[in-house]
Amino acid sequence: MTAENLRKYGVFIAALAVACFLPYIGISKFMLNVIIYAGIFSIATMSLNIIMGYTGQVSLAQGAFYGIGAYGLAILTNKAGLNFWMAMLLACLITAFVGLLIGLLAFRTKGPYFIIVTLCFNFIVYVVIKNWDWLSGGVRGQKITGPELFAGREARYYLVLGFVLLTLFIMWRISRSLEGLGFMAVRDNEPLADALGINITYTKIVAFMISCFLAGLAGCLGALHTGYLSPTSAHYLLSFNFIIYLLVGGAGTLYGPIVGTFTVYLALEFMKGIGEYRFMIFGIILILVVIYFPRGIVGGLKSLWKKVAGSRQAEEGA
Amino acid sequence: MSYFFQQLVNGIMLGSVYSLVALGLTLIFGILGVAHFAHGHFYMLGAFLVFFLSVSFGVPYWAALVIAVAVFCLVGVGIEFVYRPVRDKSDINAFIVAIGMLLVIEEAVRAVWGTGNRRITNPYPQVLKFAGITLELQRLIVIGAAIVLIVLLHLFIKRTRMGSAIEAVAQDREGAALVGISVNRVSILTFSVATGLAAAAAALAAPLAFIAPDMANTLVLKAFVIIVLGGLGSIKGAILGGYLLGVMEALAIAYISPAYKDVWAFAALILILAIKPNGLFGGRD
Repeated sequence: MTAENLRKYGVFIAALAVACFLPYIGISKFMLNVIIYAGIFSIATMSLNIIMGYTGQVSLAQGAFYGIGAYGLAILTNKAGLNFWMAMLLACLITAFVGLLIGLLAFRTKGPYFIIVTLCFNFIVYVVIKNWDWLSGGVRGQKITGPELFAGREARYYLVLGFVLLTLFIMWRISRSLEGLGFMAVRDNEPLADALGINITYTKIVAFMISCFLAGLAGCLGALHTGYLSPTSAHYLLSFNFIIYLLVGGAGTLYGPIVGTFTVYLALEFMKGIGEYRFMIFGIILILVVIYFPRGIVGGLKSLWKKVAGSRQAEEGA
Repeated sequence: MSYFFQQLVNGIMLGSVYSLVALGLTLIFGILGVAHFAHGHFYMLGAFLVFFLSVSFGVPYWAALVIAVAVFCLVGVGIEFVYRPVRDKSDINAFIVAIGMLLVIEEAVRAVWGTGNRRITNPYPQVLKFAGITLELQRLIVIGAAIVLIVLLHLFIKRTRMGSAIEAVAQDREGAALVGISVNRVSILTFSVATGLAAAAAALAAPLAFIAPDMANTLVLKAFVIIVLGGLGSIKGAILGGYLLGVMEALAIAYISPAYKDVWAFAALILILAIKPNGLFGGRD
């Protein structure tokens, strides 16, 4: 293994090894709980990365799709009495289908208009879930019971870990596929991509549907882990969170979403001791990160590595 | 029929507040391209400043209003400096800075005044009765003062050099810079005027309802809806859009369902943008 490969895969393999044995290295129940949530949210952030990081369309509706997935699963198992796994697959497909409908409307707009349209959609979903009592349970929320196999916390941890890895694999495949290159072409230069024969609207909608499918998956896992759903599962603040995770980690990078989600979510959980002041500190840190590290942690590390490697090469050359 | 007119007047009152907030936002977002999502929080902060002055210090209402507006014009200068490093970056960077800013403001207000609702004593609680409509005097003052402020802003932009500079930057930022207009100074001025307007709107409307740290959460969303509907950077669009949304909302609460009151506006926005992707009044790309 060359040094280049070691750098590329070493960190990943080390992290994976730790992740595989995490429940058995003596961490507290609370900590494991936090990590499971971070894993679920990192799937949602990866889903946002497809549409925002790779395709360049800032969607503020990711929280809504998370909620649609979660409520879809709950309603399909509770009201329709479907098998859990069937319901989960169906919930993700429904989320993708809603994404298709919204995409058809929203992608007629661009830039700031698109941001506002998606944010409004998220708000509508939240209010509808809150008020559509007989279907969603309204503000009382509703319970959700998963399969017996995943009643234990450790089992749910491995389930989430599996889906995080699966999503990461999907992201990796997308970023190297022709479709993925199409997404990035749309992001980098829309008129040029259009001139090259890429169907812009079609590309955006495909990216959006994949993104919604995965957001729905995250919602299903969130519902399974919490065991209880309330309208806050579809709140637009959730969309803000996902965007913050993505930007802190690094939009348009493979590991950025996971790094960002774990960094921000864990930091906020650890800062719970200082009460609500943590949001004040977090707000200030957020402003500084966006101003001084606009490419996020992973993007920042990448350019730092390039600089170090570049100067080393220059020294060797001299 | 008098019920309808009653709701109409309520809607116009609501629309006055929306217009003032949206005006500031359209100047900032439409002209400078900064998605100032914390604008509503400065409205909330303005309400709390008036509360602080009038309740804790016993400053008369109108004096508190003037002080609040003056202070917030200065605060606007500060906001501009926070945004300056991200002003020419992509929309989302400024948006995240705004989220950071609103987290700080909301928690600061919670830390100082607690999470509960507060109330500013209504300075003009007299009730007017006219053709079957009952109206608190303060509501009439909100409507009247909003019109005065809108006319003043119009005169400022059309009749003064500084105002013309704002309009020049709005029309063509590079062109304005080429003829020697300092974009930074215009930017400071814009934030100052916009934040002052938000404080004025807050000071006017605050005595009519409770004030709380989370009072501005949907307000800023609505302001964004208004300016997008009106066309980004369009002052006329922001004013008309504000009144339109206010009236629409009041009528929807009265005749359709209060639970879904916020949904109509947002649903209408999605549909209108699907048909006219650049807003009702054209707007810029």
